Amino acid sequence: MGYPHKPHAKETALLSKHFGDPDARTYKGWAKRGGYEAWKQAQTMAPAAITDVVKESGLRGRGGAGFPTGLKWSFMPKEKKKPHYLCVNADESEPGTFKDREIMRWTPHALLEGTLIAMRAIQAEVGYIYIRGEFTEPYAIMEQALAEATKAGVLGGHKIHLHRGAGAYICGEETAMMNSIEGKRGNPRIKPPFPAAFGVFGMPTTINNVETLAAVPHILRQGAAWYKAMSLSNPKSTGTKLFSVCGHVRLPGNYEVTMGFPLKDLLHELCGGMRPGRTLKACIPGGSSVPILNREESEGCLLDYEGCVEKGTMLGSGGVIVFDDSADMVYQIMRLARFYAHESCAQCTQCREGTAWTTKILERILAGQGKMADLDLLLDLSDNMTGKTICVLSDSCAAPVVSGIKKFRTEFEDYIAGRKQPVMVA
Amino acid sequence: MSAVETQEYAPVFTGKTLERLQEILTRYPTKQAALLPALWLVQGERGWISDRNMVEVGEVLGLTPAYVKGVVTFYTMYHQHPVGANFVQVCTTSPCNICGAEDVVKALLAHTGAKELGATSPDGQWTVIEVECLGACGFATPVLVNDDFVESVTPERVPELVRKYK
Ligand SMILES: Cc1cc2nc3c(=O)[nH]c(=O)nc-3n(C[C@H](O)[C@H](O)[C@H](O)COP(=O)(O)O)c2cc1C
Ligand code: SF4
Ligand code: FES
Repeated sequence: MGYPHKPHAKETALLSKHFGDPDARTYKGWAKRGGYEAWKQAQTMAPAAITDVVKESGLRGRGGAGFPTGLKWSFMPKEKKKPHYLCVNADESEPGTFKDREIMRWTPHALLEGTLIAMRAIQAEVGYIYIRGEFTEPYAIMEQALAEATKAGVLGGHKIHLHRGAGAYICGEETAMMNSIEGKRGNPRIKPPFPAAFGVFGMPTTINNVETLAAVPHILRQGAAWYKAMSLSNPKSTGTKLFSVCGHVRLPGNYEVTMGFPLKDLLHELCGGMRPGRTLKACIPGGSSVPILNREESEGCLLDYEGCVEKGTMLGSGGVIVFDDSADMVYQIMRLARFYAHESCAQCTQCREGTAWTTKILERILAGQGKMADLDLLLDLSDNMTGKTICVLSDSCAAPVVSGIKKFRTEFEDYIAGRKQPVMVA
Repeated sequence: MSAVETQEYAPVFTGKTLERLQEILTRYPTKQAALLPALWLVQGERGWISDRNMVEVGEVLGLTPAYVKGVVTFYTMYHQHPVGANFVQVCTTSPCNICGAEDVVKALLAHTGAKELGATSPDGQWTVIEVECLGACGFATPVLVNDDFVESVTPERVPELVRKYK
């Protein structure tokens, strides 16, 4: 096991600085690299003061929604009447995303340190790190790190527990995760009530993504102003972000750049461009749940929250999926729809039926039995799946379908009109 | 009582396994919250989770068998039937798909003798299934063999992988 590439000069390695270095994994090795200094500092600060620094830094949630982290923490009751909880979202299952895994594999103490600081800020005595069931290696590494940190006495009075998932993408949705921790099926809950009022075990709870928390020690140590200054395009997007790049690039992997970095440079310079003889066709910049960009849009996209919205998509989790001219967009969109159909928790009709029908219609088209009217049917279905359900999994299935038909319509029509050989059997 | 019902049942939660469960219970404010970890313990001990195991888990945690079953069936990683000695999960979601995951599946089915997805090879050694994104898309194609996460598997690497676990 080793880390695939050397750092690129255009990267800003903050979270990824020690990726590939097994010594940084150990408590001793981490302490040598300035580990737990920020936690020591936090212990001298009032909870509200910690929250203020994070607010000031402009840090936004890296789990997908981009919600301001300090603001989220400030929603927790100031006066403590009940136990408070922190849930750490390490369920990483959004197709295209594999950054949290890397943070846990290489710098488990960075996550523990950020978790401790957040727990102090929101006055939580117990924290659960929810790790997806398939992440056996990161789980073992986190377990070891937790044991070492406990032994070294850095946890203070706080308790951190690992909770292993068991195969369900939907448990990455924060309220589904809380149900899963409670020993229930991972069905998302209707909001409100919001987690800060009624979270896990009915108590005030904050949920944060692994990457979000791993950034916190850096902010505390080097200051909000320093973090905020890392921004290439829009001042509302600050700091660095890990982009997981996969699919048709020469050097897939995690790349850490300053917010606002051009997607074009990420793909063509850092990732080594396309394979020989191939050209870029499409790119999904924020994990499979966000709209697909065509080549032109990709080449002009700046990687921050606003830059992605400007191109009609979202930064999401930072999972960048790259398709070159060899990709069959109809087949790949079907494959994504199938993912959502498989992962729907089936509570909402629009989602349960919509994801299944979307998949079926796309399969029919790929089997050479589609009708032109199917494209309108898909768009109509997608419309009914958007903004109408308990969580946004349903919307996530619609996003690649709607953007795909809009931008690659002729590929669908080629199957329907018989200009392209069927690739599936009905 | 029928013959089936009088058959001896060897409980999972005894000795060390019971101790581990008791330690897990201290982590949560409710007993119910220990359900997922308890099911993992059962699967670790028995390889899969039978209806009778679910009854036992329910008894230990104060939950009804139907409730336990409702949870077991929600999560895809809990096996409700025995699987091959080597359980292989291959990601075929879009990012891996465009990097050749389907060829990896074909090679695995051929070399393990499992032949069909979800079926167990005649020697009881192999079960191969397709799964959705394993969270390692930059290392296409990731394959989970039992608890071992293997990255960057190609059809060419499959024979060596199969040999390793034989
Ligand atoms: C269907 C669905 C799946 C999600 N999966 C994840 C996930 O795997 N990891 C994650 O951190 N957030 C995921 N989220 C977002 C979480 O609900 C939540 O917004 C996030 O963990 C909050 O942390 P942050 O503010 O630090 O980003 C998902 C959301 C939805 C609707
Ligand atoms: S939108 Fe889908 S996944 Fe979300 S709660 Fe409804 S049925 Fe479940
Ligand atoms: S798509 Fe295969 S690991 Fe994510």
